[in-house]
Amino acid sequence: MTYFIDRRANAKHKSAVNRQRFLDRYRTHIKRSVEEAVNRRSITDMERGEKVSIPARDISEPVFQHGPGGKRTIVSPGNKEFVEGDRLRRPGGGGAGGAGEGGASNQGEGMDEFAFTLSREEFLDFVFDGLELPHLERKALVDLDEVRPVRAGVSRDGVPARMNIVRSMREAYARRIAMRAPIRRALREAREALDMEEGKDPVLRNPARIAELKAEIERLEKRLEAVPFIDTYDLRYNNLINQPQPSSKAVMFCVMDVSGSMTQAHKDIAKRFFLLLYLFLERNYEKVELVFVRHHTAAKEVDEEEFFYSRETGGTIVSSALTLVDEIITKRYPPGQWNLYVAQASDGDNWDDDSITCREQLMKSLMPRLQYYTYVEITPHAHQALWEEYETVADEFPDRFAMRQIVEAGDIYPVFRELFKRRSAH
Amino acid sequence: MTRRKPIATGSDWNFEVLEAYERELACLADEYRLDTYPNQIEIITTEQMMDAYASVGMPVGYHHWSFGKQFLAVEQAYRRGQMGLAYELVINSDPCIAYLMEENTLMMQVLVMAHACYGHNSFFKGNYLFRAWTDASSIVDYLVFARKYVADCEQRHGVTAVEQLLDACHALQNYGVDRYKRPSPISAEEEARRQTEREAYLQAQVNMLWRTIPDRPLDDALPGSLSDGEDPLGLREGGRYPPEPQENLLYFIEKNAPLLAPWQREIVRIVRKLAQYFYPQRQTQVMNEGWASFWHYTLMNRLYDDGLVDEGLILEFLQSHTAVVNQPDFDSPYYSGINPYALGFAMFSDIKRMCEAPTDEDREWFPDTAGGDWLETVHFAMRNFKDESFIQQFLSPKVIRDLKLFTIVDDDQDEMLEVTAIHDERGYRRVRDALATQYALSVREPNIQVHAANIRGDRSLTLHHVQDSRRPLGRSVYPVLRHLYQLWGFPVRLESIMDDDSVGRSLQWPLPDEEAK
Repeated sequence: MTYFIDRRANAKHKSAVNRQRFLDRYRTHIKRSVEEAVNRRSITDMERGEKVSIPARDISEPVFQHGPGGKRTIVSPGNKEFVEGDRLRRPGGGGAGGAGEGGASNQGEGMDEFAFTLSREEFLDFVFDGLELPHLERKALVDLDEVRPVRAGVSRDGVPARMNIVRSMREAYARRIAMRAPIRRALREAREALDMEEGKDPVLRNPARIAELKAEIERLEKRLEAVPFIDTYDLRYNNLINQPQPSSKAVMFCVMDVSGSMTQAHKDIAKRFFLLLYLFLERNYEKVELVFVRHHTAAKEVDEEEFFYSRETGGTIVSSALTLVDEIITKRYPPGQWNLYVAQASDGDNWDDDSITCREQLMKSLMPRLQYYTYVEITPHAHQALWEEYETVADEFPDRFAMRQIVEAGDIYPVFRELFKRRSAH
Repeated sequence: MTRRKPIATGSDWNFEVLEAYERELACLADEYRLDTYPNQIEIITTEQMMDAYASVGMPVGYHHWSFGKQFLAVEQAYRRGQMGLAYELVINSDPCIAYLMEENTLMMQVLVMAHACYGHNSFFKGNYLFRAWTDASSIVDYLVFARKYVADCEQRHGVTAVEQLLDACHALQNYGVDRYKRPSPISAEEEARRQTEREAYLQAQVNMLWRTIPDRPLDDALPGSLSDGEDPLGLREGGRYPPEPQENLLYFIEKNAPLLAPWQREIVRIVRKLAQYFYPQRQTQVMNEGWASFWHYTLMNRLYDDGLVDEGLILEFLQSHTAVVNQPDFDSPYYSGINPYALGFAMFSDIKRMCEAPTDEDREWFPDTAGGDWLETVHFAMRNFKDESFIQQFLSPKVIRDLKLFTIVDDDQDEMLEVTAIHDERGYRRVRDALATQYALSVREPNIQVHAANIRGDRSLTLHHVQDSRRPLGRSVYPVLRHLYQLWGFPVRLESIMDDDSVGRSLQWPLPDEEAK
């Protein structure tokens, strides 16, 4: 009468679809919360989900209900000092007064906010919703060594692991029908002949003929049985062929100033900006390589860890970094095969005459090869020479060169969104 | 009674132990004549329990954002420790599906089996409301059908279209129930087979109703209608449609809404059928939980008496049981209405007490019950009542005294609240009446019915809200009317009928000034 079933191994997340529906429906609300959260949080803290609240009235599911008013009789437990006929002041402003009828708190009515937690994935979905790397063009020219196996019908040979069972069985079935049909026919004829022979008057029977027919039937039955159920000839395999993939590889250069003029606060903001970028890239594009270049008076290519977490000081020569980027591009990332992006963060300090070098270097050698260049200047102060020089670059390449100023941590996310907003066909 | 060795000790469980306890419980249940559907006990994880919660415990269900919202709310509350998950969840189906959470202790698993697999299960099978209104054997199949149908519609007509329709239907869900006549049983195969057929038939019916060319046999004219000076041509003499008020709004819409497409009618029907399935549960909360608690208490104590569980387990059980049937006082910060477990358990236990050790008071109040066969009496009570009538019939002065129940009248025409009855000789009956009324569905929910559909004029729909004790409708009435308007497709009016049969406030959707624009 009773069965025990262990369902623990079954899929959880049965509600995943419903959950997604809910998130889609309240997209705008959730996005607002997420934006606030991004600004509030330290960026290194992006790895967890977020609590989101939506005003309860916006998501209530209305039903016909009694409103306040009229005459109600309420039964409550736990009488202490009341006697019949006592008259009480109405508890003001919904204090404790025993008026809590069962239905009143139904459906979360009276709760101002509907709060829930987004998972990390969902959170990042909202953070990066509607953003993309600009000008990610497909560079398919020579780079055809990248292939992807795709299904291409069914073939007669292959490895057992790819065997297409259904097709194989169907082939086997067809072959069995085809091979057995003539034998069956001969068998039927032989049986009919035998029946006829045996149906004759015993005197007229031909024993030799009967024996012959019986042998024939036996032989045919054996042949029928000998038709194999499945034969190597029947086997079919799912065919995979390697299809060359147009590559959309991109490389992102993160350039950061770590000179003495960059205070710790500046660096923090820069770090956050890059981290945001980093999460964005890792998420949106599988084939994105990152190159980290930090500079003071000299530039150096470093790994991620060092880029964000080690300290150095010194003066500032921005062009050193640009030169290094240029060299790396020439050496490792031929523009024919790679989409190149540079993001630079600095406080705007630079040796005065170096800014002109920077501009020339950008205009002449870098910008023609780059897809996109973003520059964020982290300073509350007036702009300096570097900004002005960069402005001429921006005028020259309005589509591909973007610069913004960040004053405080709260600006990071809006600036980031602005820089990477999805553009309708460039 | 010979004491046997405990089947297991400690708090760990495994399947052998559970099966052994289940067998013992089954024997005891037999002894107490608990008639149940076969049990299907499923062990699940916390996450799965939250999933089950979100879908109102239904093992399969169609997709809708509101279930997602429910899930997020449960998850949030659970994560922050505001709420423990229920230890069990049980579905009124045949076989009766009960969920056990894997992190429950052994005691909890045994308790849940007693509570759900024998308590709730026998209630589902025995209670008259469930017998009349739900068809346990076909519900799971029907859910599968519903899920597939809704998914197909999403494919064909888009997720948004289906979602809006479901929103509107859910708003009227509680008014999708036939209160007085038994619905025909639902069966998935039948549904699937008849569904296409029904679509065509239903649409034809609606077309008949709304056709604009009059085609009425002459002898159908109402007597005396010719003398009506207002309507000499007899254009309106067909009488009001529907001739009788209709309480089942969703049914009325499914059959009569002028503009719904056949698939939309089918979805209205699905929501309506599921509402019907949950209808008995809404009316038997106290009884159902009380019955299950009464039996888990009885069965667990028997297990202990027979020596099948040890002292540690029974102490753990008592602690848990006490928490479940605890009733905080009205002025306690933990108070959130009357606990159906507490009230139900107190009442069933009291029936047993009255039978076994009746007092003079019991003999006076319950001459038929006092001193009777307790098992017979509780079974009788379980089978033939719902919350409202159960309280009216069996709430004894002793339970009223124990819970110290009292009534307060909250009248908006009186600036003070008044205590009208307490647990004394003069108050018992009034407390009992008031409590029974409090559980009557007809009082808990506003009484709203379809009054007329203007089939010869502007096709507007008029509803009547029959006010009870001058209680007005809450603010949610406008969003609900909007949903109703979406379904009906033409203006919707809601008139409140006062105690003296006059028409009070009248609401309509679309709002009049909006129409003017």
